[in-house]
Order: sequence, then structure tokens, then C-alpha cells
Amino acid sequence: MTVTTVMEPKMPKCWRQETKPHKFCPGCGHGDVLKALGTAIDELGIQDRVVFGCDIGCSLLSWDFFNFDTIQAHHGRTTPVMTGVKRARPELICIAYMGDGGGYAIGSQHLVNAATRNERIFVLLANNAQYGMTGGQMAPTTLPGMKTETSPYGRDTDWSGNPTLGPEMVAAITPDSAYVARGTMSNLRQLTQMMKKALQNQIDGNGFSFVEALASCPTNWRTNAAKTWEFVEKEMPKYFKVGELKVPAKKEG
Amino acid sequence: MADKPIQGEKRMFVTGNEAVAYAALAADVDIMYGYPITPQNEIMHYYTRLAPKYNKPFLQTEDEISAGFTTVGGVMSGKRAFTATAGPGNTLIQESMSMAEMMRIPTVVVIMQRGGPSTATVIYSQQEVTMTCYGANGEGIRVVYSTCNHQELYDYTIKSFNTAWKYRIPTFVLGDGYQAKMRESLTMYDPATRGIEMVNTSPFVGLPGTAGVDRDPAHLRNTYNTEEELYEVVSNLVADYEKVAPEIVESESFDCDDAEVVVLAHGVVSRAAVEAIRELRKAGIKAGHFRPITLRPFPDQELKAVANQAKKLLVVESAQGQFAKLCQHSLYGNSTPMEYIFKPGLGITSDEIMNKVKSML
Ligand SMILES: Cc1ncc(C[n+]2csc(CCOP(=O)(O)OP(=O)(O)O)c2C)c(N)n1
Ligand code: SF4
Repeated sequence: MTVTTVMEPKMPKCWRQETKPHKFCPGCGHGDVLKALGTAIDELGIQDRVVFGCDIGCSLLSWDFFNFDTIQAHHGRTTPVMTGVKRARPELICIAYMGDGGGYAIGSQHLVNAATRNERIFVLLANNAQYGMTGGQMAPTTLPGMKTETSPYGRDTDWSGNPTLGPEMVAAITPDSAYVARGTMSNLRQLTQMMKKALQNQIDGNGFSFVEALASCPTNWRTNAAKTWEFVEKEMPKYFKVGELKVPAKKEG
Repeated sequence: MADKPIQGEKRMFVTGNEAVAYAALAADVDIMYGYPITPQNEIMHYYTRLAPKYNKPFLQTEDEISAGFTTVGGVMSGKRAFTATAGPGNTLIQESMSMAEMMRIPTVVVIMQRGGPSTATVIYSQQEVTMTCYGANGEGIRVVYSTCNHQELYDYTIKSFNTAWKYRIPTFVLGDGYQAKMRESLTMYDPATRGIEMVNTSPFVGLPGTAGVDRDPAHLRNTYNTEEELYEVVSNLVADYEKVAPEIVESESFDCDDAEVVVLAHGVVSRAAVEAIRELRKAGIKAGHFRPITLRPFPDQELKAVANQAKKLLVVESAQGQFAKLCQHSLYGNSTPMEYIFKPGLGITSDEIMNKVKSML
């Protein structure tokens, strides 16, 4: 006789069980990125102080994902909404969660200005190299030559420019007290550590925190499991270098 | 390079979004600017597949504020340019449309309405009537065509470029998510084979010659130093608009001559009205239907003529009275009783209309 033990998947404590399984497509990167975020928040023990904002885009499917107070905002406007909360209630930990479209296209002016003003918020951006929710159009992060619904013959960078290097840009315009990094769902341990540092930076009142997470969208990439993983792990980091770009120096105690 | 996207005439079974993309190319559009939003996405999807074959570019902008202003720029450079959007994108595009109204820039915008307010739903709705007709910080110096089927989406997309350029007035084609996504058959045609000539475009800037040497520079503005100056400019705009409105205005009516109840509806909802009137007539009930095709300018004379004959009016819309306001305004002074079916964001069936008409007799 064989005995099968079914292992319950380990979920962060701050996840809202009633809304699981979640609504993202199978194999979607959003779930993993939010798992890392949940773990980081559990480990810092700040669940009671978090206000979570999500954008329009597949990120909106996280509007009831956590046991946090959550605001689902307009496409591209989550950063100013969370800035508004933080400026009025500095004791809260404010997280703005969005896709590459929300952060680098429609909301780019908000990202630039929040970073320049060194807002004490944490912007977490899932980069899946295209627009998920609207059905796979080109995003600022679409790789050169990559086919999408609005670049059906492959992204031509002569016409549409190079993919946005978000963390590199934010690192260039923020003061030394900001935290900026790019992680990936293919290294969740590292991604969780980055998020912890980003949140800690806000807790310490230092400045702006920004983490981009490389994330999958098998639905619009039209990839199977193996190809999805290969794209996230091998193709994306060729263009989007994973690592920390700005780590605030420890304040002298 | 291929010659023309539609040669002669062609029966096609397509979505409304596809019809718009084909129509724009058949109208010999030069460029599209756009930002993804449901339910208009496939206008861009079809356009980006077809257009490169005819050497027509597309630019995906960073948002609709930009899509609107790039369209303004494209038009001012003398190109037949357009964009398409919906819902919250329509909200953002209105900023550039204020400029287009004031400077008489012949922009063309296709709106596939979705439910609101805020970001809301993506399929059925007529809740962008007020915004599309009057959404800018101006007087509504614009043309808005409300289509009810795919044939009209095709016809009026072509026509909108000619209206815009002939009168130099920003022009909108107002569809909805249902029309955008549904498939039905229509006849596509090369406008030339039907004797439709595309109105020539011409640049506002980048004119031939050297400014200051062999011509004056084009100094275009939409800001004024004094209120008096502004008043004069806007008064002239309004006067011009009112002068050409009778040439632009369009409506359709049937079975209204002896009707006891006339159903007023526009766009996709008028299809339910048409069906309801057919059934009511079969049952011996005198009902008729009036449909404005241009919501701006509004067919005031035509509606008044119908309302003066009818015993009662019924306004039906998939919104909370946005269309009814246009009708009431238009009928000011007329005392024919008016009743309503308002269902914001919901579809309306012919049965509902029939039952309501019966209850009004
Ligand atoms: C003003 C406005 N424009 C467009 C849209 C349509 N829209 C919804 S989601 C989305 C793109 C989302 O892509 P991204 O931000 O990359 O997130 P993802 O879905 O890939 O996670 C767009 C354009 C909208 N809701 N509002
Ligand atoms: S469409 Fe892509 S990004 Fe959106 S939930 Fe599905 S897999 Fe995730």
C-alpha cells in the first residue's frame, strides 16, 4: 500500500484565505511576487500598519488578496493615491503595486515625481514584458523583437524605443536614502529579501523604495510551463539585470 | 506594397473593432495613435496587422493624454490621423479635445463606450454620451455620430474623416463594447467606388517655404490675453458651428407619422427599439421610433416634428438619463409627456420596450 501525503502549500500568514485560490491565471508571476511580499511583511511583523494599493491591470486582481486595508485605484494612478495616504498618515506603511504599463507608461510621470520627491512609499512593480489584462499588447518593457498584439511583427526599437530600465532610472533620480532593486520570481528568496529592505527603508523613514520583479505571463506569452520559466529565467535578465542598484547607507547609531 | 485594403465591395463577417480598423484604412488614414483599453483594443490589433502592408504607421503612446495630443499633432502636421479609446481613456483624452475644439483641429476619435463611473465594466453601456458630447472644458464644438450596427461603424468611420476635415471640427464615432466585440456581417467598400471622395487634408504647420522669408510663420494659439478676446473667438466658433450644423445633423425615424408612442433611442439600444416597434405594429399598436445619428449637433428640428405629432414619448437608454437630457433640452417648450427606461450599463430587450409601450397606452 502506498501512502500519499498531500503537503498543504505554505502561504504567508497575511494572505486572506477566503480569497484563495487566487484569480490569476495558472503560472502567473503575480502570485509569486505577492507571495514574496506577504512573506516579507510577515517577517517584519507590520501587517497591522500596511495599506496596500493596486493598479488597474492584472494587479487589480489582488484587491482582496491580503488581510490589509487595500485601495484599488485607476490605471497608472496608484502611486499618487498611496502618496496621498502616506502624506496624511505617515505612520502607515504604504505599498503601491502595479504592472509595467501602470508604472512605466501611463503612470510614468507619477513614478518619476514620487521618486524625485523621495516619497516615503514602496512602489512594487511586476514586469511581465507586456500588458496582461488588456490582452497582451506591447509594454514599455517588451523586449526587442518580441511579438505582442500591437507589435505583431516584433518590437522595432527604432520606432518604439528600447525597453524601459525602470530601476536604473529611479536609481539615477533618487537621493542616497532611496532603496532600488530588481528581483525576479525565479529567485523568490532574494526577491523577499529585497522587499524586506524596501519596507525597512520606509519604516526607517529614509526615503523612496522601488523594487521591480521580473514576472511571468504564460497566457499572453502563449508559453507552456517550461518555456515560461525559460523566458523569465534566461531571456528577461539578459536585458533586465537582476540585483540591487541603491542601498541606503546605515544611519550612524 | 499592397494597393488598397478593400478593393471594390466585400461582404465580411467581423467584429465592430475590425470594421473600424478596415474603415480607417479604406478612408486612407495616414496614422493611428493609441493606448490599450478594453473594449477598443482590437482596433489597434487589426490596425497593427494590416497597416504596415500599406505603409501606415502606428504609435503606442504612454497613456491617453498622450494619445489625444499626439493625434492633435498628427492632424496639425496635415495627416489624416485618429485614435480610439473608452471609459477612463475617454476621460483622459478630453483634455486634448478641448484644444481640438478651440483650434478647430480635425481630429477623429472612435469611442467604444464601457460602463462607468470610474473604471467599471467593459461591455454594455451608453454612459459616455455626456462626456463624448460635452466632456471638454468648452462649449461642445464637435460632431458625435452614434452608430447602431457594424455597417454604420464602417460607414461613419469613413465619414468622420470627411466631416472633420471638411468643417475642421473634431469628430467622434460613438460605439459601445457590445458593438466592438460582437461579430456581424457588413459590406466593406472602397469609398471611391461609391463616389465618396476623401476630403483633402492640409497642414497647419510645417508649411512649404521658409517662415519669415517667403511666408509668414504659422502662429497658432489657444490661449488669450483678455476675456473680451476669448469671447470674440468663442462666439465666432459657435456661430460657425451653428451655421454648418444643419448640413451635418442626421437622424432616422420610422412609423412615426400616426404613432401614439414614439420610442427615442440611439446607438445599439435602437436595435431593440426597432424590433419592439415591428412587434407592436403586428399587434396593431401604433408605435414609432426616432433615432438621432448625430448626438452633437442634435437633430432638434426633426425630433420636434416627431414629438409634435406623437401622443407620448418613451426614452430608452443604457444610462441614467444622459440621452434623455439631450432630448429634453431639444424639446424645451413641447408638452408631449415623456417616460423613461434607464438601465445604466445594462442591455435592454425589445420585450421590455414593448411592455412599457403597452403600459403607456
Ligand atoms: C485610463 C485607462 N487607460 C487604459 C486602461 C486599460 N487597461 C487596463 S489594464 C491595462 C494594462 C495593464 O498592463 P500592466 O500595467 O503591464 O499590468 P499587467 O496586466 O501586465 O499585470 C490597461 C492599458 C484603463 N483601465 N484606464
Ligand atoms: S493575463 Fe498574464 S499577468 Fe494577467 S493573470 Fe494571466 S498570466 Fe497573470
